[in-house]
Amino acid sequence: MKQYQLKYKRFGTRSILIEWPKKIDQYILFDVLAFKTSIKFHYIKQKVRINHAYNSILICYDNSIDNIYNTLSDLKDLYLKSESTQLSSRTLWKIPVCYDQYFGIDLERISKEKKLTIEEIISIHSQEKYLLYFNGFLPGFMYLGGLKSSLFMPRLDKPRSQIKAGDVAIGGNQTGVYPQTSPGGWNIIGNSPLKFFNVQKEMPCIAAAGDSIQFCPITIEEHQTIKKKIEEGAYEINKVLLDD
Amino acid sequence: MIRVEHPGLYSSIQDQGRSGQQEYGVPVSGVMDAFSASLANTLVGNQQGEAVIEMTLQGPKLRFESPAMVSVVGANFTPVINGHLNHMNRAFNLKEGDLLSFERPTRGIRAYIAIAGGLNVDDVMGSKSMFAGITNQSRLQKNDCISIKNVKRDSITRNAGIKMKDRMTQQILHVYEGPEFELLTDLQKEAIMATNFTISNENNRMAYQLIERIPNKLPELITSMVMPGTVQLTPAGKIIILMRDCQTTGGYPRILQLSEESINLLAQKFSQDTIRFSLKNYM
Repeated sequence: MKQYQLKYKRFGTRSILIEWPKKIDQYILFDVLAFKTSIKFHYIKQKVRINHAYNSILICYDNSIDNIYNTLSDLKDLYLKSESTQLSSRTLWKIPVCYDQYFGIDLERISKEKKLTIEEIISIHSQEKYLLYFNGFLPGFMYLGGLKSSLFMPRLDKPRSQIKAGDVAIGGNQTGVYPQTSPGGWNIIGNSPLKFFNVQKEMPCIAAAGDSIQFCPITIEEHQTIKKKIEEGAYEINKVLLDD
Repeated sequence: MIRVEHPGLYSSIQDQGRSGQQEYGVPVSGVMDAFSASLANTLVGNQQGEAVIEMTLQGPKLRFESPAMVSVVGANFTPVINGHLNHMNRAFNLKEGDLLSFERPTRGIRAYIAIAGGLNVDDVMGSKSMFAGITNQSRLQKNDCISIKNVKRDSITRNAGIKMKDRMTQQILHVYEGPEFELLTDLQKEAIMATNFTISNENNRMAYQLIERIPNKLPELITSMVMPGTVQLTPAGKIIILMRDCQTTGGYPRILQLSEESINLLAQKFSQDTIRFSLKNYM
């Protein structure tokens, strides 16, 4: 028995958008991922591109959809038949982050505003295991869920013109990592030496939707060592397989 | 081999783009006016999706260090060979040492240079399209060398040419309802369909913003997918039409979706040009 009432909408002549209830919720994500897998399998012989976000799936066909009624009824049947919420091989990725104020240029301001010591901010931020809902927006950007409300911080009124690749930041009720040098309006609390997007790899992003991310505090010296190891191709990210 | 003696205002290598890589946050990219680009390829006997050079507003100066058959299609960037005017919309031959430059266009802002055999450029994530952070360069630079694929001389269509009806002055953009269209009030829908919109100075490969605003109370959405041709309405009432290099996801209501040909037509518009939307029904 499926618990969600889905909405199917046309989105241009070649695409169908499927929507779950308007909520950011891990069980919705698991259902989205399960259905995405069934759709991929269903269209295995056809060139179809499938992408998802928090509570939606977009299916793009190569050509205009000829028979929308058949296509929709196929998809609806498929949803009812698809196995629910069994996620295979989820991974917890341990992402090293240097929270030194050399990188964490907004830590002091957050500390004053939130009436937390910098140590408390780091401890709250690095204890949580954040669920990766999807990669999107820009190459290698991770949409993470699970930021504690004590760390919610509004975006800057005036975005900075240049933020370093690897900067770890808080924007509103979200936390994330800038994968490449870019403008941005989030509050910077640290920097990770990792490369968050690598076109040379078959999986260019670090993690996949459904995986979890934990930020692990490191010193400036460790940051430099890891950076060097990455350049030499001698660094491997710590990871733990989750079997819940 | 082609040497870039001057890159022009914004010239880049583009093909059909990276559809299928959006789950990594990678934009689709690809030729802005796909119709013109595929005609340019057809004229020199290439596959329609072969990589071409896209030029914008001001063309590049290209030195051909080997002979090639070339065509130019799109906005009227009349080709100039060693100082002599040539024709758009037909295939022509260049000799070793020839300099290809362009007149400034008077109708439309983008055109495509196709070279018989195609460009010998590496694929990155399934495409040759330039995009910052994916390919090494986001656009052509002075002294870049572009290698050309070898082509069998007898496979070339000689003197191929076409008569083009003028698409550049077309103001009507055909649109379909977007996922959030139903949330608009009747007044908003009417205003959107009745307004002559002016294109703002914010127009590039990522998006075109329009000047006229639509009063709006729709809140932002939970972040969801967008694609080239998606028309967004911001809380401030600004209309943003996403183009080929757009981000993969966004939070503004997606009120309309341009038809494929309307994306191509919009790609030829520039600041202060006007457009109107015409709503089409899904079949």
